[in-house]
Amino acid sequence: MATTILKKPGTFYEVFTRKPDADKINTHYCPGCGHGKLHKLIAEAIEDFGIQDRVIIINPVGCSVFLYYYFDTGHIQVAHGRAPAVATGIKRVHPHSIVISYQGDGDLAAIGGNEILHAANRGEHITVFFVNNAIYGMTGGQMAPTTLPGMKTTTTPRGRDIRNEGYPLKMAELIATLDAPVYVERVALTDAKNMARARKAVRKAIQIQMENKGFAFVEALSACPTGWGMNPPDAEKWINEVMTKYFPLGVFKDISDKVEPVKFEKKVLSPEEIKKAIGVDGETLTMKKYQRNIVAEKYKNPKIKVAGFGGQGILLLGLVLAQAGMLEEYNVSWLPSYGPEMRGGTANCHVNISEFEIASPLVSIPTALIVMNRPSLEKFEPTVKSGGLIIYDNSLIDIEPSRKDVEVIPVPATKIADDIGSTKVANMVMLGAYIGYTGILTKESVFDALDIVVKRKELNELNRRAIEAGIEYVM
Amino acid sequence: MQITLQKAFIKINKEQCKGCTLCIETCPVDVLKISDKFNSRGYHYAEYVGDGCTGCGVCFYACPEPGAITVYKRGAVVDEEILTLN
Ligand SMILES: Cc1ncc(C[n+]2csc(CCOP(=O)(O)OP(=O)(O)O)c2C)c(N)n1
Ligand code: SF4
Ligand code: SF4
Ligand code: SF4
Repeated sequence: MATTILKKPGTFYEVFTRKPDADKINTHYCPGCGHGKLHKLIAEAIEDFGIQDRVIIINPVGCSVFLYYYFDTGHIQVAHGRAPAVATGIKRVHPHSIVISYQGDGDLAAIGGNEILHAANRGEHITVFFVNNAIYGMTGGQMAPTTLPGMKTTTTPRGRDIRNEGYPLKMAELIATLDAPVYVERVALTDAKNMARARKAVRKAIQIQMENKGFAFVEALSACPTGWGMNPPDAEKWINEVMTKYFPLGVFKDISDKVEPVKFEKKVLSPEEIKKAIGVDGETLTMKKYQRNIVAEKYKNPKIKVAGFGGQGILLLGLVLAQAGMLEEYNVSWLPSYGPEMRGGTANCHVNISEFEIASPLVSIPTALIVMNRPSLEKFEPTVKSGGLIIYDNSLIDIEPSRKDVEVIPVPATKIADDIGSTKVANMVMLGAYIGYTGILTKESVFDALDIVVKRKELNELNRRAIEAGIEYVM
Repeated sequence: MQITLQKAFIKINKEQCKGCTLCIETCPVDVLKISDKFNSRGYHYAEYVGDGCTGCGVCFYACPEPGAITVYKRGAVVDEEILTLN
């Protein structure tokens, strides 16, 4: 039976509680804005198709940045122009979701021009709704790539001059030249006839994704009465009479009858397969319980910075600390930070090991600095928290830290490492010295962490000896 | 009580109307007009003149606001009180 009541689609929130202002009933759009008309068509289609729980809408930057105020679906708000890239990621990870990229012409055709072409060219299984209002609405009516020749905007006060600003980009035509897209149409959000066409196009573009057929793109010519300085009926007339001359309406590509639907397998990996995929053998991941040391108050929940030359194994040192912390069921984070030159340059990493949730993986004020070259000592010594700890390799660093309000432990790590077989394991001597001195992690968990983290297991014999030597040195 | 509508009509929620006049412009039988009263946000809202709506639904899609217009077509089964509530 045909619908006998046309009312606010159920895809919209009943009350827009996500809106921060007092008015939770009305949209933030200007009167007569085309965004609202397109929203309604999309909301209606989602409701009619019964896919509300599967839809994820990518919110752009532009006047429609607040799509999540209105649609009771999944959302992610993304950086300007990056919606197709984020849509790609989400769709590939969740092929059973219906991913809708909603973008304005500044977002899609200017800053995001590259993203959309590549997503289209890869034939991503996403639906793109492209609102072409020939202007940047949100920022106050600047020229967009779609601004018509001669059209006045705040950045083309004498009218767009094609010799200076080039020609309007015809995105639908451009995308239709690519091999992968399945369906490309341009519609206009104007009179009754055009709205009926637009409604059909919106539904088709979503259906193509539901049928796993591929990339669908609908460009909608849309009124921006505010940006154009017109009243809403005149704005829609202008679309019909002027804009469509430059941006003709119609289907530019439709191979939806010919393409084979893709079958997305929902692959659920068994624990064994997951372990295999990430390259750890079954044994190391069993639920072994690790006994934590009792740690002195001042060494608890350390924020650690490890720093030295690239090639000294600075990042590995941090990684083993974090991995061992994880085995002991602490919250941990590890954030590498490379110098511009990886080898020979400086490298450092930030490690948190905490009984509490970690608010930020960044360690800007370390409570422990493990440092293996002089430039890093000079750079990071001033940042150490008062009462904190500095462990430095005094076989390489020929100065002493000057801070009097921190604990300073020199460890001739490179020399010790050389004595037991290789200067390469100086990082492990430092690690041993740190855990031995503070007791923050047990030798057992650190040894197991080594086996998880280090790919060439045959090196671990020497690594373990180096760690033990480090522990011994500070005991 | 539920009744079956013998005649189409529309309802405009005046607080959700922004007075853009697109519905008025598009109605093929010209049964919508702008009110000389304005709502709490200062917009002169659209009104149904009370008779003559064919239930074509064109104004519903012309309106950018999610809930400003509801169209009840002939044959719709509704609560009787819909007719009286405004
Ligand atoms: C990286 C970045 N550059 C620039 C901006 C400023 N900015 C905000 S919205 C916008 C243009 C929006 O225009 P459009 O995509 O056409 O959407 P509309 O507002 O017209 O719906 C720009 C340039 C930004 N937010 N982020
Ligand atoms: S500025 Fe233009 S695009 Fe933005 S809400 Fe207003 S009318 Fe719509
Ligand atoms: S449903 Fe059709 S006839 Fe009735 S008010 Fe709306 S546009 Fe006019
Ligand atoms: S189209 Fe909607 S917002 Fe515009 S005047 Fe009509 S009811 Fe009001």
